[in-house]
This record gives sequence, structure tokens and C-alpha cells, in this order.
Amino acid sequence: MLSIKNLQASVEEKQILKGLDLTINPGEVHAIMGPNGAGKSTLGNVLAGRDGYEVIGGSVDFHGEDLLELDAEERARKGLFLAFQYPVEIPGVSNMEFLKASVDAVRESKGLAPYTSVEFIKLAREKSKAVNLPADFLKRGVNEGFSGGEKKRNELLQMMLLEPSLCILDETDSGLDIDALQVVADGVNSQRSPDRSFIVVTHYQRLLDYIVPDYVHVLAGGKIVKSGGSELAKELEAHGYGWIEKETV
Amino acid sequence: MSNSFDTSDVFSAANAASQPAWLKSWQAAGQSAFTAATLPTRKTEAWKYTPLKEVVAVPWQKHAETDFGEGIQFADWNEVSIRIENGKLNFHGELPAGVTLISSDDFSEAQAQSFIEKIEAQRGSFFFDSLNQGALDQGYWLKIDKNVQAAQPLHFNFLQAGSNSMVNTQLLIEVEPGANATVAETFTQVAGCVGFTNANTTIVVGENAHLTHYHLLLEQGESHHIGRVSAALERSARLTTFHMAIGGVLKRKDIAVVYRGEGAELSMNGVYLPTGNEVIDYHTSIDHAVPNCVSNQIFRGILGEQGKAVFNGRIHIHPHAQKSLADMNNRNLLLSPKAEIDTKPELEIYADDVRCAHGATIAQLDDNMLFYFLSRGISRAEAEVMLSFGFINELLDALSDEPVRLLLQPMLSELFAKGQADLTRHIP
Ligand SMILES: Nc1ncnc2c1ncn2[C@@H]1O[C@H](COP(=O)(O)OP(=O)(O)O)[C@@H](O)[C@H]1O
Ligand SMILES: [Mg+2]
Repeated sequence: MLSIKNLQASVEEKQILKGLDLTINPGEVHAIMGPNGAGKSTLGNVLAGRDGYEVIGGSVDFHGEDLLELDAEERARKGLFLAFQYPVEIPGVSNMEFLKASVDAVRESKGLAPYTSVEFIKLAREKSKAVNLPADFLKRGVNEGFSGGEKKRNELLQMMLLEPSLCILDETDSGLDIDALQVVADGVNSQRSPDRSFIVVTHYQRLLDYIVPDYVHVLAGGKIVKSGGSELAKELEAHGYGWIEKETV
Repeated sequence: MSNSFDTSDVFSAANAASQPAWLKSWQAAGQSAFTAATLPTRKTEAWKYTPLKEVVAVPWQKHAETDFGEGIQFADWNEVSIRIENGKLNFHGELPAGVTLISSDDFSEAQAQSFIEKIEAQRGSFFFDSLNQGALDQGYWLKIDKNVQAAQPLHFNFLQAGSNSMVNTQLLIEVEPGANATVAETFTQVAGCVGFTNANTTIVVGENAHLTHYHLLLEQGESHHIGRVSAALERSARLTTFHMAIGGVLKRKDIAVVYRGEGAELSMNGVYLPTGNEVIDYHTSIDHAVPNCVSNQIFRGILGEQGKAVFNGRIHIHPHAQKSLADMNNRNLLLSPKAEIDTKPELEIYADDVRCAHGATIAQLDDNMLFYFLSRGISRAEAEVMLSFGFINELLDALSDEPVRLLLQPMLSELFAKGQADLTRHIP
């Protein structure tokens, strides 16, 4: 469903991604690990189509289409979802309105009718419960005054409502205690299905005890420098990234 | 030097009208002051950004009209609605216990003197004051008696009609010690009206009294609104006031608040949304004349197309006004490269043990916020509308009277939608 070939991208004239290859088939869970500043968030932003992230080489095919030709909102409508490392706060726009606008937009692009308000409120409440976010968070401004963990759970809530085919979770585990981590992992696991794939970006092996990946990749210096099965995460935990960087030099 | 703003038609009409003798003589004094005054130009600091050329070019008149429409109606507020039609009180309803309202037609000699004194005591040097006095249609005195908690909100529904119609109004709101009331002033004009409203509101909030006040300038089309709101707060008084200006050719409001006793608190928020070629100008001035008072001010503007706005916020903390807390924040969102905002704090702080925070920003829509919407499949156009609305809605959400919020929200959505209903379907 996703095929990234030799992707090169720069931010503010500085090249961050330096020839990245990655292929993801339907239903697979790929973990991407790597040191700070390796370019993990950059990869997510490039795939999601954020302004200011310039692709200078390579290609990305998503469901048989050239992803890089699509506007950010079209990518989302076609099933790509990025859970942000640092979700932004939007005071004055209620979470409920935001969620409905987003679900309606995605449904509309699939030729589906928008939910009625009543239907949607019911659905949103149900999903909030699943991510352990109290219902009154739906009435608050988007992420406004949410704790770090609440913001991450709000990202998961959006993911569940939008039902994307590719979910990129950018350090959704960072800053979470073990209970919150469990909630996030349960949320993700409940969404696993044969036609939904995940890229789980994480710093810690810890999350991968709960969300067991099919593949683990190490991103360093703007490319994938090592790939393996879930056991690779354990090696990284034990030995750090140093040995890989040495190995690849 | 004489005034190049020719108001002779209006003054003759005022003089021909049947008015009590005291008002005639007060008007005469206003007329001669106005005639002798010099029209502010772009070189006059207080009017630097606000063009008066178009206002003074219109041959304004006073009209007797009959069709004023409904003006503003609130839903489920249980308010007392008081119509003021081209400056004339038209009210036959009942007021809640402890609340009185008299028009200048019915003032006793003593009331007239007292009214004039109270108005003049809270005046500054606003150019249009002498015009207001000289051509005053009527004055209205609303009083909330001592310790009365007014059982219903009071709505002054200012309505205007006619072509080249000028209206001059003066409302005095007096909240006696320990009393509590909510007063909304709304200004509209009927479609097709070419109007100039010069509206003054003078407020006195007594010791331990609380006034919740709305001053909403909602005239559309060929409307010009100029005027003042001037409030004095006695010891431990509280004033919670909200201002809004949308539509029309020109809107200019000078808001002055002065503290007369310690422990008083002001919360003053406002929003302005000029678009097209509209100009909206707010000048605020807070006088911390005594110690231990608090002022919080938040004004936000959204400027579209060639819209222009001015926010001039003056805070004056007098030498002995220790422990004053003054907070002023003005944020502006520019939706078009041709929109223009002039925002200026004017701080005069002469006491040392005070806290005064102020900030002003001018920005486009936040890229991070915008991307959040896009990344969730929402179109850029809808995202811009939702974000703009949210920027203003933050202040509407803070209003203590939901019916006021419910009145204003649809006006804003209509403003942002510009006829494209699908862009506003996800905002209230
Ligand atoms: N918006 C940006 N502006 C400037 N530099 C950026 C921006 N985003 C990322 N970078 C730079 O790109 C590099 C990779 O960052 P990032 O992708 O966030 O790494 P990671 O997520 O792996 O920690 C870093 O050197 C970072 O400073
Ligand atoms: Mg990162």
C-alpha cells in the first residue's frame, strides 16, 4: 500500500532525509526507531504533506497513486493519518466541531453522507470512552489545556473516527505513564486489521512490548540503516544505537 | 476658525423641535461649541487613522420615520426590550422592581440639572460631544435602585431609519450601591438607511454594585457610528463589559473608564471585524486614579479584504494608585494582504508598585493550526473559516449571558461564510 523509494527531503535548505526506502503491505505494523534528530518526525511530515518540507528526490506510492502530488487534505481523505508528536492547541474551536468537520470531509470524499449531529455525538462519545477520554473533552477547545497524555489520546480518538488505511504514530508513547501507555496500545491494537497498516515511531522499546510490530527499522542520518523483526527492538534497547551506526560506517 | 462639518440642517431641526427649556439651552451651548470647533484632520493624533471625509460630506438631517423594523431580538433571555427609534424612546412596557427609566422629555428641573452634571463630569475632549449635546434627540436615564438585583436584563434596542439620517443619543446608566443589573445596547439600522449615529453612554457603577454591559454596534450598509462609552466605578464596584463592531462604513467608539474608589474591577472585552472597505476604530482609556483597582482588557480583531481597524489602548496609572493591576491584550488576525490594523498601547504609569501587562499582535492564521485541519482532511477554505471563527469565539464563549452569544455567533458565521454555507456548517 505504501512504497517509499530513495526519498530525499529538506527543511529550510537542510537535507534531512537522504535516500529512504520503505515498503509497507496491508495489515503490517512497522516500528521506526532512531536517535533524536534522525528525521523520524520529518518522515511523518513529508508523508502528510506539510508545507516547508521539500521533497528533492525519490518517490512515494500510496495505493497506486503518487502521494507527493496530492495536497495534505487529499492525502488524509485517501486514508493517510498522522498522529502528531506535539498536537497543537486550538482554543475557540471545539473538539466536537473539529472532529465532525474532519469525519464529514473524509466521508464526503468517499461519497458517504455526513453523520447527523445526533449520530456523530453518539459515535464520538463511544470512541472517547475507548481511549479513556472523558466526554467533556469533546466540548473543550481542540487540545486546549489537555495534558500530554490527553493530547495523545485525542489523536487516537481522531484515528478511530477517521478509520484510515495507514496510521503514522509519531512518538505517541512519549511522556506517558504505564497506564496511559496501556490505553494507547489497546487503542492501536483494537484498530489492527488486515487492510490497515501502521508506522509506529518510537524512542523506546517499551511500547513495542504492547504493540508487537512485524518489522523494526532503525532510522539514522536520514535513512533506514537496519531492518529486522521485533527482536531488533530488544537489541536496540540493550545496546543503544551506537553499534548500528558503527556497523554501517 | 469654524467647523467645516456643516450640521446646520440638523441644528435647525433640533431647534424647531419641541423640547423642554433646559434642553433648548443646553443644546444651544453645544451648538455654539461645535460650530466654533475645528474638524479633526489626519494630523490630529486621535483621528490619525480614521477618515472623517465621507461622514462630513453627507448633508445629514433629522427625520421622522415610521418603519424601524424589529432591530435585535434575543431568544429566551426574558429581557425587557426598550426601543429607541431615531433617538426617541418608544417604550410602554413594564420594568422590573427597583428599576426606573425616564426620558429627558419628562425630567423635572432638578433631574435635568443632575443629568447634565453627571454627563459633563465624565466627559473628556471628544470632538463629537458638542454635536451630541447640540443636536440631542433625547436623553434617557436608567436607574437601578440601591441593593436591587434587577430581575430581568434590560435591552436598549437602538433603531435607525431614513436617508441621510442623523441621530444623537445620550443614555445614562446609574447602578446604585449594592445593585446588580445586566444592560445590553444594540444598534441597527433598517436596510436602505443612510445613517449617522452619535451615541453616548454614561455609566456610574456605585459602591459594591455590579453591571454587566453589552455595547454592540451592528449597523450594516451605509452606516456611520461614532460615540463614547464612559464609565465611573465607585469603591468595590464591578463592570463587566463587552463590545462588538461589525459592518458599516465607519465605526468609532471611545471607551473611558475611571476608578473613583478602591477595590473596583473592570473586565472589558471586545471584537471588531471590518471587511470590504469598512473602518472600525476603538480607543480605550483606563484611568487608575485610585489604588487597588483591577482592569482586564482583551480586544480581538479579524480584518478581511480592505478592512481597516484601529485599537488604541491607553492605561493611565496615577502616582498614588499603588497596587493597580492592569492587563491589556490586543490580537489581530489579518485575512488579506490589503487589510490594515493600527494597534497602539499608550501607557502612562506614574506609580511604582503596580503590575501592568500589555501585548499586541498582528498575525495571519497560524500555520501549525491550519496544517492540523488539513491533515484531518478538512479543506483549506473551511479550515480558515473555522479558525477565524474560533479566534473570536473564544471571547464569545466567555460571555456570561448565553442568549447574547447565541445572537452573535450566527452573525459571525454569516460574515465568514460569504454565501458559502458549506464553509460554516461546522461552526455554531
Ligand atoms: N520545521 C523544522 N525547521 C527546522 N528544522 C527542522 C524542522 N523539522 C525538523 N528539523 C530538523 O531536522 C532534523 C530531524 O528532525 P526530526 O525529524 O524532528 O527528528 P526526530 O523526529 O527523529 O527526532 C533535526 O536536525 C531538526 O532540527
Ligand atoms: Mg520526532
